[in-house]
Amino acid sequence: MKQTLFDKIWDAHVVKEIEDGPSVLYIDRHFIHEVTSPVAFGNLEKRGLKVFRPEQTIATMDHNVPTLNQHLPIHDELSRNQVNSLVENCKRHGVDLYGLGHDWQGIVHVIGPELGFTQPGMTIVCGDSHTSTHGAFGSVAFGIGTSEVEMVLGNQCILQNKPQKMRITIEGELSKAVTSKDVILYVISKISSSGGTGHFIEFDGSAIRSMSMEARMSLCNMSIECGARGGLIAPDETTFEYLKGKEHCPKGDDWDQAVENWKTLYTDEGAQFDTKYVFIAEDIAPMITYGTNPGMGMPIDGTVPVFDDASSQKALKYMGLNGGEKIEGNTIDYVFLGSCTNGRIEDFRQFTQLVKGHKKADNVTAWLVPGSKLVEKQIINEGLDVILKEAGFELRQPGCSACLAMNDDKIPAGKYAVSTSNRNFEGRQGPGSRTLLASPLVAAAAAITGKITDPRGMTSFQ
Amino acid sequence: MLEKFKTFTSTAVPVNIENIDTDQIIPARFLKAVERKGFGDNLFRDWRYDKQNNKIESFPLNNEKYSGKILVAGKNFGCGSSREHAAWSIYDYGFRVVVSSYFADIFKNNALNNGLLPIQVTEKQLAFIMETVQKNPNTQMEVDLEKQELRIPSENVTYFFEITSYKKECLIEGYDDFSYLQSRLSEIEQFENYRLSAF
Repeated sequence: MKQTLFDKIWDAHVVKEIEDGPSVLYIDRHFIHEVTSPVAFGNLEKRGLKVFRPEQTIATMDHNVPTLNQHLPIHDELSRNQVNSLVENCKRHGVDLYGLGHDWQGIVHVIGPELGFTQPGMTIVCGDSHTSTHGAFGSVAFGIGTSEVEMVLGNQCILQNKPQKMRITIEGELSKAVTSKDVILYVISKISSSGGTGHFIEFDGSAIRSMSMEARMSLCNMSIECGARGGLIAPDETTFEYLKGKEHCPKGDDWDQAVENWKTLYTDEGAQFDTKYVFIAEDIAPMITYGTNPGMGMPIDGTVPVFDDASSQKALKYMGLNGGEKIEGNTIDYVFLGSCTNGRIEDFRQFTQLVKGHKKADNVTAWLVPGSKLVEKQIINEGLDVILKEAGFELRQPGCSACLAMNDDKIPAGKYAVSTSNRNFEGRQGPGSRTLLASPLVAAAAAITGKITDPRGMTSFQ
Repeated sequence: MLEKFKTFTSTAVPVNIENIDTDQIIPARFLKAVERKGFGDNLFRDWRYDKQNNKIESFPLNNEKYSGKILVAGKNFGCGSSREHAAWSIYDYGFRVVVSSYFADIFKNNALNNGLLPIQVTEKQLAFIMETVQKNPNTQMEVDLEKQELRIPSENVTYFFEITSYKKECLIEGYDDFSYLQSRLSEIEQFENYRLSAF
């Protein structure tokens, strides 16, 4: 039978199917962090159980950590308590933890791939919706709730209904200054923030094939923002090249054998999808969002749509924008470069390339937050930090930071932030904050001019 | 063990907003607890209270005419983050059912794993329920999980809703998925051995 890539991986992990119910799905890799794991550990212990397969789980601290002075004790008592709980839980259950101060600490979806813990053909879960990121490697990766975290800790399985299959094909060549972030914002603006609900997406097409692993991760990361459980891309030479030599990847003959297996991970010609979309790469411009869900996105040189429904009007009112007006040229207050969407080395290279030789606008507060300690190290090795400093920018320390504003990195009420993160929900970046989602290039252009600016017009691009 | 889900009759609270994301249901700054308690106080926090912590009277949860165990919400409810705290806060506040025309997948799983029943109706049905409750806040609705029916006797309507027989049994009997998996641990170990030999 002809199978999709998703079918091949999913079906190989089904332990058992329950009649008129979910499947028992075996989980290869499990990531945990401080926010969605404590109740799971607590319940597991109430049941008198230990973690079933501790070597298949790794832990880090990201959501709730400060991005300045990480060597000092966390001043917020609740945050400190949550982080300490993770340390204790990992110790008691024999789970590897890359916590604050560790060379490998960072955002869970940044460190998984860079340590080679993420590999093609695996099932991967984490109590975080952006687990979809790992699909970039040709794995079935999706976010779960805390009850499910507990299931994985205790049984290395969860109960899950098999999603439907969607294929999104992007053909052609992306234009100058158009990144994979623009591609996914474009796709969500076309199919809406609920268009993928109940589905798992496979991305393919020539524009996808030519993307780097970092770009593919940004794309798959935001699959959840159209409601899909996850997104994945068939592994290829780009994938293998990225993974080779990574800490947790197979070595020597085992590596060769693994690559041979991974080469069988593709959708068979003629396999069936429940839903299909095709988009043309050349149609995609640098994007920016204007509303309060990620589906409310537009080309940066376009005009804000006019709405007659109450929910959309509420969104525009919250954002202080009017339908029919241009968005370019509007003054902004904050720029945030980072998160599991755009906190990788390539994102910092792009941002740096654009700001090189310019100065940060005085009206802009910029938070540049590397996704991990390894990304931070590479930024310094490549000398990007020096260029950024000359342009008036400073680096903070790794964590989720202003993406969800659980720590002190909150955008004040009413202020506009051009943010490379993944959600523009009301108050997401702090109560009353106004988020404009965009690529690292659009963020860089805004940081220099202090306004929403099309990066294609910047001198760095001429 | 979960509380057993029984058939009940209740009034409903209408929140007529689409795409209610989990950051609205429970903002991230309230996710710092290490135990599951007290989340109901912060349900819809930034819609219920202003910056000075004063109640926003116009929000339906603060409107005295609305009460009950059923939350009726606009389509695509629970999108965004996987935080189970969203389901916990709705349950802890006192709701046992959420009615919408569309639920985000992770939220739906989280709700079911906590004894909170998501009832998906059509957009037309949702519009009717919303209008009925807004017009008459005393409207009684019956939730009958056994028959998979949501009924509004005063309007003489009965809506059938979908749920797998597995999940239905879990809710009615108060079973959780974890216990099911524990009972299958030997099959899981066999599967692991098989995979080790196959690759």
